[in-house]
Amino acid sequence: MEYTNIAYVLAAILFILGIKRLSSPKTARSGNTIASVGMLIAIVATLVSYDLLNFQTIAIGMIIGTIIGAFFAIKVEMTQMPQMVAIFNGFGGGASALVAAAEYFNPANPSTFNSATIAISVFVGTLTFTGSFIAFGKLQGFVSGKPIVFPGQKIMNALIAICLVLLGIYTVIGGETDSYFYGLVALAALIGITLTIPIGGADMPVVISLLNSYSGVAAAATGFVLLNNGLIISGALVGASGLILTNIMCKGMNRSLANVIFGAVGLVQETPGGDGKQIQVKSASTEEAAMILEAAEKIIVVPGYGLAVAQAQHAIREIADFLENMGKKVLYAIHPVAGRMPGHMNVLLAEANVPYEQLLDLDQINPEFEDCDVAIVLGANDVVNPAARHDTSSPIYGMPILDVDKSKTVLVNKRTMNPGFAGIQNELFGFDNTLMVFGDAKAMLTDLHKDLKEL
Amino acid sequence: MDMINIFTVFILAIFVGFEIITKVPPTLHTPLMSGSNAISGIAIVGAIIATKVGGELGTWLGFIAVIFATVNVVGGFMVTDRMLKMFKRK
Repeated sequence: MEYTNIAYVLAAILFILGIKRLSSPKTARSGNTIASVGMLIAIVATLVSYDLLNFQTIAIGMIIGTIIGAFFAIKVEMTQMPQMVAIFNGFGGGASALVAAAEYFNPANPSTFNSATIAISVFVGTLTFTGSFIAFGKLQGFVSGKPIVFPGQKIMNALIAICLVLLGIYTVIGGETDSYFYGLVALAALIGITLTIPIGGADMPVVISLLNSYSGVAAAATGFVLLNNGLIISGALVGASGLILTNIMCKGMNRSLANVIFGAVGLVQETPGGDGKQIQVKSASTEEAAMILEAAEKIIVVPGYGLAVAQAQHAIREIADFLENMGKKVLYAIHPVAGRMPGHMNVLLAEANVPYEQLLDLDQINPEFEDCDVAIVLGANDVVNPAARHDTSSPIYGMPILDVDKSKTVLVNKRTMNPGFAGIQNELFGFDNTLMVFGDAKAMLTDLHKDLKEL
Repeated sequence: MDMINIFTVFILAIFVGFEIITKVPPTLHTPLMSGSNAISGIAIVGAIIATKVGGELGTWLGFIAVIFATVNVVGGFMVTDRMLKMFKRK
């Protein structure tokens, strides 16, 4: 047993070193390899140190899991990465809950502490499991991406929460019957669903980060059940990671976590009908846009999720390459919530071979707009709305935005004049230095590339 | 193991987590999530032990847990590697 614990500490050290190497894209890949070696050590140490393990059962389980995991990992499209992470979170939470359940039926160290940690582990793990599957369904389109709300929803959730606390307590002190335990599992599964369905598709980055954190907490709780340092340390790392990302996503949307979880934004807001001035926009053809780009020296591309939906990442990279070959400077401005999960847009652009040095985040890029000749906004809307800076009545007031309006010229590509996620008009489109280039992002960029070559 | 000891380990690990994760740049946040997801597959250790305890029911629960956790570990590390491979310099 001594050696096993040393192996677990070694595994934890390798996890920490692995995450540390994620501080730069240069070393990140080796970091992932180091962490996977840590995992291998932990697994092998467990297999060799327990007597009378059921090797056949374990081997079959691992083979099935490897086939499923590898299949998903190889097949998944980069646009589907949020779904993939969501469903994997679910598996992680589910595994922790199952381990705790097995321990419930035959505790190795029976005590009140043991029962309490089992209850917590089963609760968090089950909630993560069902919540992740709802999140997966919403992102994949199996479940409506719109917030699902009904009267009395909050009261119902509060009642479920109270029952959960009571069932948790009775599971610990309840004595012979298993009914409380089953009730706990059922209600934890239910609250995972009822807490996730009212959250809209645009808020999914927050939910996925939060569920990621929960899967870590579940693993740590299982570590407390089994008194296993390896699980506790790894679970704590993942829990912290998810919490930090949740916080970053909330800041990116200028909303509190409570507001995201209970706010159900996107449904209640009625679009303001005749509120004030109609926005007058100027539109431009791709030929005009090409001429403007030819005269520019510094160009900043602002990709939004619309770009990814149109699968236009390669098209914009080709244009950027072309412009760079003409001696121009091209940068990309990545808003924290540009994709469907933290860092999603960076992965989508990396897939299109955009060098990572060109991808700048909010704080890095905003000063760059001051002397920027042309900003190209592709499928982004709310994250470039200047109303967030000055209009206290706007629902997005206070949200950190990309200051594209400070560029000499702003080219905005949109399919139509429909408002963005927050359902509000964007005054940027009516600014004197803004030109709208309407059309599907991919088709527009292909035309633009052609026009640039013909100049 | 002493209860205080494992709480100490837990709290210290959270602090270490905050320290190292705040240093991960936004550009790598997706790989961070999928990678840390793989790490949360450490529940596989518990799953392996669970196949032994708890009689027949425990073996079944452990078996399913082994499948779930393996999906997490294998899929998580593989997809993270696939993503990180794409991050290139000029």
